[in-house]
Amino acid sequence: MNSLGVAVVLTCLLGIPAGIGAFTFVYAKGYSYLSTDPRTCLNCHIMNPQYEAWLKSGHRHTAVCVDCHLPHGGLGKWVAKADQGFRHSVAFTLQNFKEPIEILPRDRRIVRNNCVRCHADFVHAVAGPAGRQELDCLHCHAGAGHGAGG
Amino acid sequence: MPLKRSSGSARAWLLVILAFGGIAGLTVLLLALLTNIFERRQEARQPFVRVVEVTEETMDPKPWGQNWPHEYDSYLKTALPTATKYGGRGPGASDAGPADQKLDRDPWLKRIFAGYAFALDYRDRRGHAFALFDQEQTRRVTERKQPGACLHCHASNLALYRYAGKGDVTKGFEAVSGMAYADARTMKDDSGRPLVQHPIACVDCHEPKTMAVRVTRPGFIAGIKALKARQGVADYDPNRDASRQEMRSFVCGQCHVEYYFKGPGKVVTYPWANGLRVEEIEAYYDAEGFSDWVHAETGNKVLKAQHPEFEVWSQGVHARAGVACADCHMPYQRVGALKVSDHWVRSPLLNVNRACQTCHAVPEAELHGRVLGIQDRHHALLQRAAKATTDMLDAIVAAKKAGVPETQLQTAAALHRKAQWRLDFVAAENSMGFHAPQELARILGEAIDYARQGQLEAAQAARKR
Repeated sequence: MNSLGVAVVLTCLLGIPAGIGAFTFVYAKGYSYLSTDPRTCLNCHIMNPQYEAWLKSGHRHTAVCVDCHLPHGGLGKWVAKADQGFRHSVAFTLQNFKEPIEILPRDRRIVRNNCVRCHADFVHAVAGPAGRQELDCLHCHAGAGHGAGG
Repeated sequence: MPLKRSSGSARAWLLVILAFGGIAGLTVLLLALLTNIFERRQEARQPFVRVVEVTEETMDPKPWGQNWPHEYDSYLKTALPTATKYGGRGPGASDAGPADQKLDRDPWLKRIFAGYAFALDYRDRRGHAFALFDQEQTRRVTERKQPGACLHCHASNLALYRYAGKGDVTKGFEAVSGMAYADARTMKDDSGRPLVQHPIACVDCHEPKTMAVRVTRPGFIAGIKALKARQGVADYDPNRDASRQEMRSFVCGQCHVEYYFKGPGKVVTYPWANGLRVEEIEAYYDAEGFSDWVHAETGNKVLKAQHPEFEVWSQGVHARAGVACADCHMPYQRVGALKVSDHWVRSPLLNVNRACQTCHAVPEAELHGRVLGIQDRHHALLQRAAKATTDMLDAIVAAKKAGVPETQLQTAAALHRKAQWRLDFVAAENSMGFHAPQELARILGEAIDYARQGQLEAAQAARKR
């Protein structure tokens, strides 16, 4: 067997996982994660309560999931997407996470920054610089967005 | 080109084999991921499959369990022994035998129940799975004549009521209530099959076609109708008029209530025509001229309270906030992508994560501490009220012994009835203060007050002799 033949065979073989990978990507609606549609977050049905609560909330008409849970543009957005997406995929596949689901401190900071981003005119006097997080909006306003709870 | 017949050839083969293995491994992982995603989607799409038909006649929970295995599995767990600080099998219990006697733990119970079956045998609770068995086995039933009315709550009884009422559940309920317990318990249908075979089962709370939560107990339906009439709502039918969240409390309210057996027919009646509060129920009984028994020590006509959880919960802050019984005692579990009510009905203290943390986002230890704080304080107050009540009983007994005539002890008798009713109302309620801490403390405060007043009355009467 010559090396070209080997290369050809290996390439053909690689086609199998590549095909399966492509199918899996489409089946799992991987493309949807490039959009901002809230129903994307509903791909995992564990988010049903949050989605339904958001539908009834005051933020329904002004903010979708990514408006609060992802940094607004820039490299930070893609880093957060990768970090959150990977974590969620592993957790949902292995089903090894603590419930009730609790937001991580770094993701909570993202949400808090987005609170201030929209409501800056109103709260700038008390919000403090983003880096120092003197006031955590969510400590009192846990119900904004999709309801309080653990 | 000729192949190199050297170690290079072996290395090439090694690479091929490794590459093959790597690609195969990658394929396996991808397929595993794909299958996993497929399973998650399936879990959400098909909540249940009706493999068996269940109807109003299906008393046995087992066929229901074939359609709804998650609920059935957790329902079966009510046979497991559970214990909290103030309830259940007792700390350290390892078997599922009958619970300990409350009479041994709190001997004052024997005194307040003197002359009544509860002084004979009054054990701590077990799970719903034992509701029928424990009823048949208690000395209160084996050594005292009891009516079929008892089966209203402790058995899955729709088949019995339908048969006895020739299709009419309410008529059957009234007929069965007046029968002797043994006769009702062993009644058979036309084909010789026993009509009562199971404790609380699926059909008692669920509509077989739609699984909608519904109430079936005639006593409850009549009681809630009377209560609503008092509140200005005419012709109330809980199955038609109650909201879904209200039903999540009403199903438990079918049995976890104060009741009495009305009239010679012993019809199970809930005393709610005046309202649910302890003094409103007392006023109802006083107007009816009803007493449960004559106290053996004092000769006074007194009332027995039975497990008024529904009434007490209604007075608390959780009821005001719209929290139903099922929210804490049957909280939702996540089974795959499904949200399933936990049918292992038990103390929420055994499931703080699901029962409390859905709304109270604080650590479990803090929640546990708060509840125990309430229960410890309540328990201490309860013991104080018990002491006051037994002191009153002593004083009345002493006065009688001193020859004080009954006419001079009437005030003391009335105070005995009031004090004991309040003490028992609280002692029989199973939350050890949690369902409505301030209300229960208020009731115990009144119990202590009336007991000490009664003690004073009897002591003064005795001194005058």
